[in-house]
Amino acid sequence: MRRFLMIIVTLIAVSMIIFIMARVTGDPRVLLLDENASQAQWDRMGEELGLDKPYYHQYLFFMKDVLRGDFGESIKLQEPVMTAIGGRIWPTVQLGGGAFLLALLVGIPLGVLSAVKRGSALDQLGRVIAMVGQAAPSFWLGIMFMFFFAVKLGWVPPSGSDGWNAIILPMVTLAWGGFLAGSLRLMRSAMLDVLDSEYIKLAKAKGVSGRSLIWKHAFRNGLIPPLTLAGVSMPAILTGSITTELVFAWPGMGQLAIQALYTSDYPLLQGLTIMFTLGYCGIALLVDVLYAYIDPRIRYT
Amino acid sequence: MAESIDLTLPRRPWWERIFRAIVYGRLAKAILGRRRPVLIIPVIVLTSVVVAGIAAPWIAPHHPTRGDLRDRLLPPVWGGEQTSLKVVVEGQLDIGAGHRQITLDDARKIQEDAVAGDELGIVTRAGGSTKYLLGTDHLGRDILTRIIYGARISLIMAVLTLMVGGSIGITAGLVAGWYGGWIDELIMRTVDIILALPIILIALVLVVSLGSSFQLIIVILAIAIWPLFSRVTRGEVLRVKDMDYVALARVSGASTLRIMFVHILPGVTNSVIVVATLLVGVIILLEAALSFLGAGVPPPTPAWGSMLAEGRDRIAVAWWISTLSGIAIFLTVLSLNLFGDWLRDALDPKLRHLE
Repeated sequence: MRRFLMIIVTLIAVSMIIFIMARVTGDPRVLLLDENASQAQWDRMGEELGLDKPYYHQYLFFMKDVLRGDFGESIKLQEPVMTAIGGRIWPTVQLGGGAFLLALLVGIPLGVLSAVKRGSALDQLGRVIAMVGQAAPSFWLGIMFMFFFAVKLGWVPPSGSDGWNAIILPMVTLAWGGFLAGSLRLMRSAMLDVLDSEYIKLAKAKGVSGRSLIWKHAFRNGLIPPLTLAGVSMPAILTGSITTELVFAWPGMGQLAIQALYTSDYPLLQGLTIMFTLGYCGIALLVDVLYAYIDPRIRYT
Repeated sequence: MAESIDLTLPRRPWWERIFRAIVYGRLAKAILGRRRPVLIIPVIVLTSVVVAGIAAPWIAPHHPTRGDLRDRLLPPVWGGEQTSLKVVVEGQLDIGAGHRQITLDDARKIQEDAVAGDELGIVTRAGGSTKYLLGTDHLGRDILTRIIYGARISLIMAVLTLMVGGSIGITAGLVAGWYGGWIDELIMRTVDIILALPIILIALVLVVSLGSSFQLIIVILAIAIWPLFSRVTRGEVLRVKDMDYVALARVSGASTLRIMFVHILPGVTNSVIVVATLLVGVIILLEAALSFLGAGVPPPTPAWGSMLAEGRDRIAVAWWISTLSGIAIFLTVLSLNLFGDWLRDALDPKLRHLE
């Protein structure tokens, strides 16, 4: 419930920023009416849009539209914002979800193994991967991958989304630059903590050993910190998806956002911002549910 | 009879020892005889970034924004020239044979004694020269110069953002930790909300409606950064708050303001310094991402992120533009992270939880 409240407040905060910025940009009538519109037309338009009302009233007007999913008309694309965004949601979900899974599939096992075989070559490799992921801008990694694997070696198409293998480079880029480093490091340190705890020692004393000890006893508890991070780092993945989509010309919401930036298409940008926020909040909620599932001690009231 | 026990630690493999010697500065330790290892490479990188940033106008070999179009897209000094072989033919150029051919007249302009049937190497891209150590971009601007000036931009950004975001964040953290109750609740929930915002998109919204400017970027970066300062400061305040020396200060009649800034603040500085070091990396990456998207400091100011963006479309013909500016960002942030980790361990091993 508390979590839910937070999400509502976050959405209100975002919508307020957007609303205030829309008013700062100027009178919307300048765009909607042509230059030689009469004063009467000007006023009538104002009434239709609710511009004669006080600001809080205008904000409620705006929110009513937003809740109905009506973000107005895109200036450059000449179609409703929701239609423009609609076709772009799936590619972004594909890319973001793929990168997220990839980061987990690589980061978590590698983190566990790094902790179990501390100081081994594998641990060193994990450390290097994490250091690079944290320090290198993901768009730079993306450009480098594109240069080597697409331009030089020609293994995959350099950009676009044609063909099954077009998603590989953007996915690896987004995973490595976004979430892999964090999940790896956290998994490693959480595993080290857990392996040092009393109940693992007890299990060891009872004769549990090897794989069963690590994966059955320790892993489940060690999974909690990385999972928390998963929720927290969603904005990073969404943010990363904007630059990654730009690098690889991936036809998702991020690329649309860049297009909106270049053409100063404010309605489109505000729709995208709200969609991104919604997406993030939804995932945060999902992670919370998962979290309670893994650790039954946690109960949300 | 006690058996002798082997207490020596297992030796690390040679490659790991070398790696550690370089990264953790065992060499420096050996040379300088310090107790704590000094990180040679990170310290060298960070010092050069700071020096380059401050002294940019004096050490940069060329002008940062004016380039010579005759010298466009030159490779770095180690890059060789590229030639393509063409067959000299007599008379009209046979279009069907593609562009592997060249007419005799044209060939004579390059090589006087050319005859039909010769193979002629034509330079399609000049080799690198010492005039431009790291090559030039599509407008003939020196990459090295722009990287040096880029360091200046990053440095100014980082310092200003730390000042604005840091002072807001630390104050908010102090207040939240000290007073607790609803003020704490309010501040920390605000922090949660800001950390949940898709900051890049908010930045795009602000840039579209207000227009891109240096000040706006600072504000955006500060908004993104201050909650992180608050969290750490608050945590540390809670730790220090109940210590005896604070109670003594209170008993001796010190005002709340005095206690907060004179007694508590120094107690939390260590963690704040560590976090600040690590956050400079975050600031640089975020600023680079904004510049890369075209929402950063407006061109032709040489920010690292915008250089990366300029090289993106030309990666196939001029790999050095994006690669080198990216390396500048990567090395700087990597050094900051390594340095921050080291600082954390050096100042207080108990601060490991800040990871």
